[in-house]
Amino acid sequence: MAIWLTKDSKVIVQGITGGEGSKHTKRMLAAGTQVVGGVNPRKAGTKVDFDGTELPVFATVAEAIKETGADVSVIFVPPAFTKAAVVEAIDAEIPLAVVITEGVPVQDSAAFWAYNVGKGEKTRIIGPNCPGIASPGASNAGIIPADITPHGRIGLVSKSGTLTYQLMYELREFGFSTAVGIGGDPIIGTTHIDALRAFQDDPETDAIVMIGEIGGDAEERAAEFIKANVTKPVVGYIAGFTAPPGKTMGHAGAIISGSAGTADAKKVALEAAGVKVGKTPSETAQLMRDILS
Amino acid sequence: MDLFEYQGRDLFERHGLPVLGGGVAETPQEARAIAERLGGKVVVKAQVKVGGRGKAGGVKLADGADEAEARATDILGMDIKGHTVHKVMLAETADIKEEYYFSYLLDRANRTFLCIASVAGGMEIETVAEEDPDRVAKIAIDASKGVDEAKAREIVTAAKFPADIADQVVDIAVKLWQAFVAEDATLVEVNPLAKVGDGRVLALDAKVTLDENAGFRHPDHEALEDKSAVDPLEQAAKEKNLNYVKLDGEVGIIGNGAGLVMSTLDVVAYAGEKHGNVKPANFLDIGGGASAQVMANGLEIVLGDPAVKSVFVNVFGGITACDAVANGIIQALALLAERGETVTKPLVVRLDGNNAEAGRAILDGANNPLVQRVDTMDGAAERAAELAAAGK
Repeated sequence: MAIWLTKDSKVIVQGITGGEGSKHTKRMLAAGTQVVGGVNPRKAGTKVDFDGTELPVFATVAEAIKETGADVSVIFVPPAFTKAAVVEAIDAEIPLAVVITEGVPVQDSAAFWAYNVGKGEKTRIIGPNCPGIASPGASNAGIIPADITPHGRIGLVSKSGTLTYQLMYELREFGFSTAVGIGGDPIIGTTHIDALRAFQDDPETDAIVMIGEIGGDAEERAAEFIKANVTKPVVGYIAGFTAPPGKTMGHAGAIISGSAGTADAKKVALEAAGVKVGKTPSETAQLMRDILS
Repeated sequence: MDLFEYQGRDLFERHGLPVLGGGVAETPQEARAIAERLGGKVVVKAQVKVGGRGKAGGVKLADGADEAEARATDILGMDIKGHTVHKVMLAETADIKEEYYFSYLLDRANRTFLCIASVAGGMEIETVAEEDPDRVAKIAIDASKGVDEAKAREIVTAAKFPADIADQVVDIAVKLWQAFVAEDATLVEVNPLAKVGDGRVLALDAKVTLDENAGFRHPDHEALEDKSAVDPLEQAAKEKNLNYVKLDGEVGIIGNGAGLVMSTLDVVAYAGEKHGNVKPANFLDIGGGASAQVMANGLEIVLGDPAVKSVFVNVFGGITACDAVANGIIQALALLAERGETVTKPLVVRLDGNNAEAGRAILDGANNPLVQRVDTMDGAAERAAELAAAGK
């Protein structure tokens, strides 16, 4: 088992005919993901060949679900069209929408999130500006490299893509149940807390790695949640201890505003909740190794 | 992107919000001309994107054009908390009777927007919230509904605005929301929003932050960017589409992925504590698909910083294969040599992940005396710090 994405998940790709969409569809298929089709209204009715796998292109998400039974959509459309794509996925009531696109205006993210809430949150949204979700050995929805680590019993939730890969790599001897990249934008669908709750409830996850970074207070709120609800061991890492205030560090949400959003505050909050926080990615991996060995 | 006050004032005016007449000047002569146009008493305000300018002497009253010119002469060129004043805004003065506070901002925790309003304005809202929390109203805005007249009334009632000005504040609340949405802002703050002698309510200050991700639907926003304040290296990096932030250390940093680069800065700073207290010189994320060209552009920017004494290239090959990155580094050095730039600063390279072995072999095979390979992130940071300390 894994959280949210399993070997039975049927995945469609919104923007399957675009450069990023087709490149990663190929990679997802190679990782064993059941990709069952794609959406592009202008190319509806055609088929696209991915190294021998022919996938149908549909006009809408609703049609794709009806024809294929898809329950996951991975969204690769450009920022200007992302809001419409996510709203379409919500209208079709797809259970999981993974928004990879970087550079989505924050008012658009707020708008599709509000829309989702208004529709009763039937769709779990991951992202935007995220690497997606991977359950090693089972399925891969997004751009996380599938071959870093085998299946195992660590769950990971992270704001950062490459730090996710780094920790998966350092802990590949143990393997991972699921890794969720929630993205570094100021407004995101799935949060650290959502993933922590799911990992706590997942009988096949034994321990959790949580990666955060400067900006906002998501890590502090996650710490509160851990204190009250998580009994499995959690190891944490926070990036940006030396980042200067007022500067956006790559991710749109990675900014210290005044005295809020510092790495120190997050570390203190996590440690107060019993989370062991590593000073570097390698030290974080070692903390997890000590727990599991 | 944070706007200057005068840009915020203009934006408010365009969206029909009540503001005082004003203008912006870069020279005392321009200030005089604006003061003449406005007539009578004016206030001369330093345009800097930092708080506390009043205390620093950056806001002065002037009675007439002569005084306005003199005050502008005093203020232009001033240093306020490290920000040089290049522009002053001149505005009409107002007979302030009461000061309030009003803002819309992003509420990350609740994944929506928030209105903060208070009848205690003119000072830091954080201070009011601490000392007198009952006087600060925080009202969540449903992003799908926005602020219509009914919502605006709810805000005005919650913040206990006086009855005699309630209708005016309702109108301002609606228009300010419209401006917030139309301009893709992440913050609009009016402090103070003031009642003046004739009973009108006016926005006397304007703090606006715009969402750079929304730039594609606001071609006019580019002109609002303050090119004079941007570090020349940051400007050069931007022209090459590189995600670069100048810092004040000696170890140049290049990595892939924002989180990994932030983490690299930290690890280098820790290593620096043991090596002459050297620090990271920059943040540079070359992104997922690091081609030779991108690597060359990145190296050129980082090596172009005279403070840099060593460079740490930290790549975890996820989608990008490390052999491609290694080739990129070697080709980048060749490219720079072709451009006539002699590279003399040492590079410490750490490659891990996808095709790391092949990448390391390429670096070893190239046998470039400037390139040192260290295979762990912590070890490589240590080496880069040591080399930077030696080069200081």
